[in-house]
Amino acid sequence: MRLTKLDKKIIARLQGDLPLCPAPYAAVAEEAGITETELLQKIEAYLDSGILRRMGTILRHHQAGFTANAICAWKVPQGKIAEAGRVFATFPQTSHVYQRPTYPDWPYSLFTMLHGRSDEELEMTAREMSASTGLTDYALLHSTREFKKTSMNYFPC
Amino acid sequence: MMHKHAADNLSAVDRELLNFIQMDFPRTTRPFAEIGRQLGLSEAEVLNRVQTLKAAGVIRRIGGIFASQKMGFASTLVAMQVEEAKLEEVATVVNSYDGVTHNYARRHKFNLWFTLVAPSDEELQQILSEVEELPGVVALRNLPAVRVFKIGVKFNLNRGNRNAPY
Repeated sequence: MRLTKLDKKIIARLQGDLPLCPAPYAAVAEEAGITETELLQKIEAYLDSGILRRMGTILRHHQAGFTANAICAWKVPQGKIAEAGRVFATFPQTSHVYQRPTYPDWPYSLFTMLHGRSDEELEMTAREMSASTGLTDYALLHSTREFKKTSMNYFPC
Repeated sequence: MMHKHAADNLSAVDRELLNFIQMDFPRTTRPFAEIGRQLGLSEAEVLNRVQTLKAAGVIRRIGGIFASQKMGFASTLVAMQVEEAKLEEVATVVNSYDGVTHNYARRHKFNLWFTLVAPSDEELQQILSEVEELPGVVALRNLPAVRVFKIGVKFNLNRGNRNAPY
């Protein structure tokens, strides 16, 4: 999808906060100089083209009670990656499951992002994931400090 | 922070509301009225609860979640091995790039992990080479996604769910 100047303006606005008022889309449309109907049509077009994943809500994990997170990366035989990826995706404790490249000092190809209340809970989750796939070689990287967490500003004006 | 965790005080209705709007915020003229219809609440009550949850810091943002790659952006996950004494300094410089959206210290030989989004692959590579040159950086591993199996979070906040935090 080719993005026009107007699209970029709309996207920049939609990736920020919707105003918390009864008709938030009307307010955003007015800022962008279009009608509410035009804005809602644009949103559907962005969804259809895949550039917009969804309109939704981002929670602060920590404030929502998910105080611990870890990258759990798995060493997986090449032919088993798709199967293991699909199994890991079904775990409600995983938010992201990606295959990524390996290096001589980093043999773990399948990345899972785990969330929970404590490091111990994440360790338990990793053991359950291991048991459900038969994969036993993994690196569990607990976060010790959050330096930055923000949303991307795609088209700053 | 106002209290230990704002989630301690979440009511059952708030949990239901958050579960509902996480994945799908209605795309209609009166979205809060629509949410209210689904949950048996008035528009004013939904708005009120959402405003409170935002003020308490439980909600970070309500809006569009875009796919950077579909818009032509390049993105990656970066692992770095940094001398412990320089970690803070390096993290601060890494943070200063607008395209760095997440940056965490982690317990591993690779002790600094960040995600990076840039308008093109050239710009992404440029940033990586700048960061790699920072004093204290021992190694940098670029880990762009090869295949995506799951993206986007839905946290189940309902009590009684074994994966719910409280």
